[in-house]
Amino acid sequence: MFRGIQFIRPDTRINFMRPRRTFILLSLIMMLGSIGLVAFKGLNFGIDFEGGILMEVRTPGTADLTEMRDALADLGLGEVALQEFGSPDDVLIRIQRQEGDEAAQVRAIAQVKEALGEGYEYRRTEFVGPTVGAELVRDAITAIVLAIIGIMIYIWFRFEWQFAVNAIIALFHDVITTVGLFALLGLEFNLTSVAAVLTVAGYSINDTVVVYDRVREELRRYKTMPLPDLINLAINKTLSRTIMTGGSVLLVLIVLYVFGGDVLGGFSLALIWGVLIGTYSTVFVAAPMLIYFNLRPSRSAKESTARPAADPAGSGD
Amino acid sequence: MIHFAKWKIILIVAVLIAGVAYAAPNLISRDLAERLPDWLPHQQVNLGLDLQGGSHLLLEVEVESVIREQLAMVVDSVRSELRGADIGYTGLGIEGNAVTVTLRDPTTADQVRGLLEDVAGDMDLSIENGVVRIAMTEQAVEDRARRAVEQSIEIVRRRIDETGTREPTIQRQGNDRILVQLPGVKDPERVKELIGKTAKMTFRLVDSSVSPEAASIPPTLERLPSVDDEPGLPRHYVVQKRVMVSGENLVDAQPTFQDGQPVVSFRFDSIGANRFGDATRENVGRLFAIVLDGEVISAPVIREPILGGSGVISGNFTVQSAQDLALLLRAGALPAPLTVLEERTVGAGLGADSIRAGTMASMVGLVLIVATLLVAYGLFGLFANIALIFNGILLLAALSLLQATLTLPGIAGIVLTLGMAVDSNVLVFERIREEIRNGRSPVTAIDTGYREAMSSIVDANLTTLISTVLLYQFGSGPVRGFAVTLGIGIITTLFTAIMVTRLIAVLWLRKARPKTVPI
Repeated sequence: MFRGIQFIRPDTRINFMRPRRTFILLSLIMMLGSIGLVAFKGLNFGIDFEGGILMEVRTPGTADLTEMRDALADLGLGEVALQEFGSPDDVLIRIQRQEGDEAAQVRAIAQVKEALGEGYEYRRTEFVGPTVGAELVRDAITAIVLAIIGIMIYIWFRFEWQFAVNAIIALFHDVITTVGLFALLGLEFNLTSVAAVLTVAGYSINDTVVVYDRVREELRRYKTMPLPDLINLAINKTLSRTIMTGGSVLLVLIVLYVFGGDVLGGFSLALIWGVLIGTYSTVFVAAPMLIYFNLRPSRSAKESTARPAADPAGSGD
Repeated sequence: MIHFAKWKIILIVAVLIAGVAYAAPNLISRDLAERLPDWLPHQQVNLGLDLQGGSHLLLEVEVESVIREQLAMVVDSVRSELRGADIGYTGLGIEGNAVTVTLRDPTTADQVRGLLEDVAGDMDLSIENGVVRIAMTEQAVEDRARRAVEQSIEIVRRRIDETGTREPTIQRQGNDRILVQLPGVKDPERVKELIGKTAKMTFRLVDSSVSPEAASIPPTLERLPSVDDEPGLPRHYVVQKRVMVSGENLVDAQPTFQDGQPVVSFRFDSIGANRFGDATRENVGRLFAIVLDGEVISAPVIREPILGGSGVISGNFTVQSAQDLALLLRAGALPAPLTVLEERTVGAGLGADSIRAGTMASMVGLVLIVATLLVAYGLFGLFANIALIFNGILLLAALSLLQATLTLPGIAGIVLTLGMAVDSNVLVFERIREEIRNGRSPVTAIDTGYREAMSSIVDANLTTLISTVLLYQFGSGPVRGFAVTLGIGIITTLFTAIMVTRLIAVLWLRKARPKTVPI
């Protein structure tokens, strides 16, 4: 019979709570930085939300971007961005939303095809008109807001309010910094990005819930252990799981990033960040924040009536 | 725990066998799968347009124009009725969803009511202080809009069928939208052009007494542009608003050649043939215009009465445009113009590349996860791996059975499921290790491990499920595909991680009666 290798020794006792102020400060800076980036640098919205035209073309030989740019510049279509996409003969053309109605966009696509001439393979053509763009923005915001509300309600039912509040704080932390990453790297923010953000939200809560479950269990077991020690114990006991799960998910995401093609590139990158930040925020945001909330007032009150001899302060030692 | 209820074992095994059966058709070619007998599972996973290539078009029916057109017709009828009866009026026009006109002499109200009753039809006719109002009710507007959308869908379907597209999807979406999905279309531009044309054809008399350059044109006539502006031909024609015969009376149209030039031959039904015959007999020597969507295709001279009910449309056609026009005439006119709101077209090449990339990522991901679980948990890792394989099979079976659409983000959902599936196993296995360290016997340790980890597993997966459901609800296209696979993946993961690995563990416990647990 073969047995597995334990990557984390079971007697590991890392004091995660000692530098908690530093990490909470770091998180605060990351969140503010993300908000600042989104506010001032802005997100690089894809055509899903902005409206406009996107075409992926394969050129017969190595793409001559200058020549293609010149061919398209004379069309008067406004901002036209060309970029190599994945391989030297693949080019991504992005054209800003055309003035006027939907028909103007359709015309622009035909114009581009005519200007480029024969020999190009049109691998992908997408156009989103102003009407649909506005609806997609609305749907995306609705989905994110409802997801957060749904998760909040669920957590509210399953945990005491102190846990719920902090799980949500960690959730916001992860979602905000993920969106911040999109702004920082200038990654295109489109419908797939919304899917990424929602998946990050799910993972973030997932990770937090497992550690919180353990904190709650230890709270029942060690009624008088100081909170920082108790939280440390819970994190250390779940550390092996945290590393294994986080590691496995990271592993498949890296595979997806490497092999999944360019369409999934930004998506996998956002999820890779999401798993890292989701794990970080459980240990360094969600868990230490619990210390600042009065976790056992009712329990200590019950204890003091049941056992009058006990320390009246409840959590004295 | 070692007493796993017999019915539970049977149920789990039954689900796994069904999973294998329903996933199996995906291993054979599509043609072979379609030839399987009905009692065998024969459905394959539906590939999204981003994987098999094709066009996704979201169209909007401009129902407004149907209403406007109807009201414009009422205006014309009111004008001719009032003129015919010599009743003075001012300010005839359209106001919102109503036609209004003011009578010069309010005492003619009763006479007018009699005259306009037929014109109004199912619309509300009211006359107050000499102001006549023929209004469409909310209900009527809605009915017409609905009918226009239904008709449009029918026409679009006919036109697409004529192009020979395999398995198109044409569905209504919302109030006035049509979703068209065309797998494997090579030339989406042509299809778009075919769908976009209203193709309203009319045959009308040209009025040569009024110059196209005239400043004002009588209300019974209108000035229409010519399709081709070649030197020598007039740019505009003045034609009667009254229609001799309309495209509705066409029964057939075919592209053909006349004197080496591509033309379109057509045939009327009996009503159309009679009308056309009468009209041409009465107007020999005059010009008649063939009008398509407000433009004059050609305006030939009527040399002799055309009685056979068939004829030829010549114009500046290419072989392709003659073919297209014939197709449009056969399929019928759209009741209202269509606007393309959104288009997403993926070429077959990119689709194939995406399938390759997705398959590669899934395979590499699977191998890495299998290796990781083996290294980390030994024999139990093997149990988990068996469950993981079944997880994949069940996921594939569910996708085939539900005929859900697999997209590229959907494949990402499957790969992510692989990673997330590890979590449930890890939660249980770490717990078992802990119990063993606390000195429990193998049976108790495994039993407690599964029981204690359960609440974390359920919590963790339910929260992910919440965001997945919302993503499905509000996402569209490929993103929806991600929600589908991730959602189904969560359910199959819960089943395999909780039920299947436990069953394997129990069977092993019974058989091996181990003193220690190799985990």
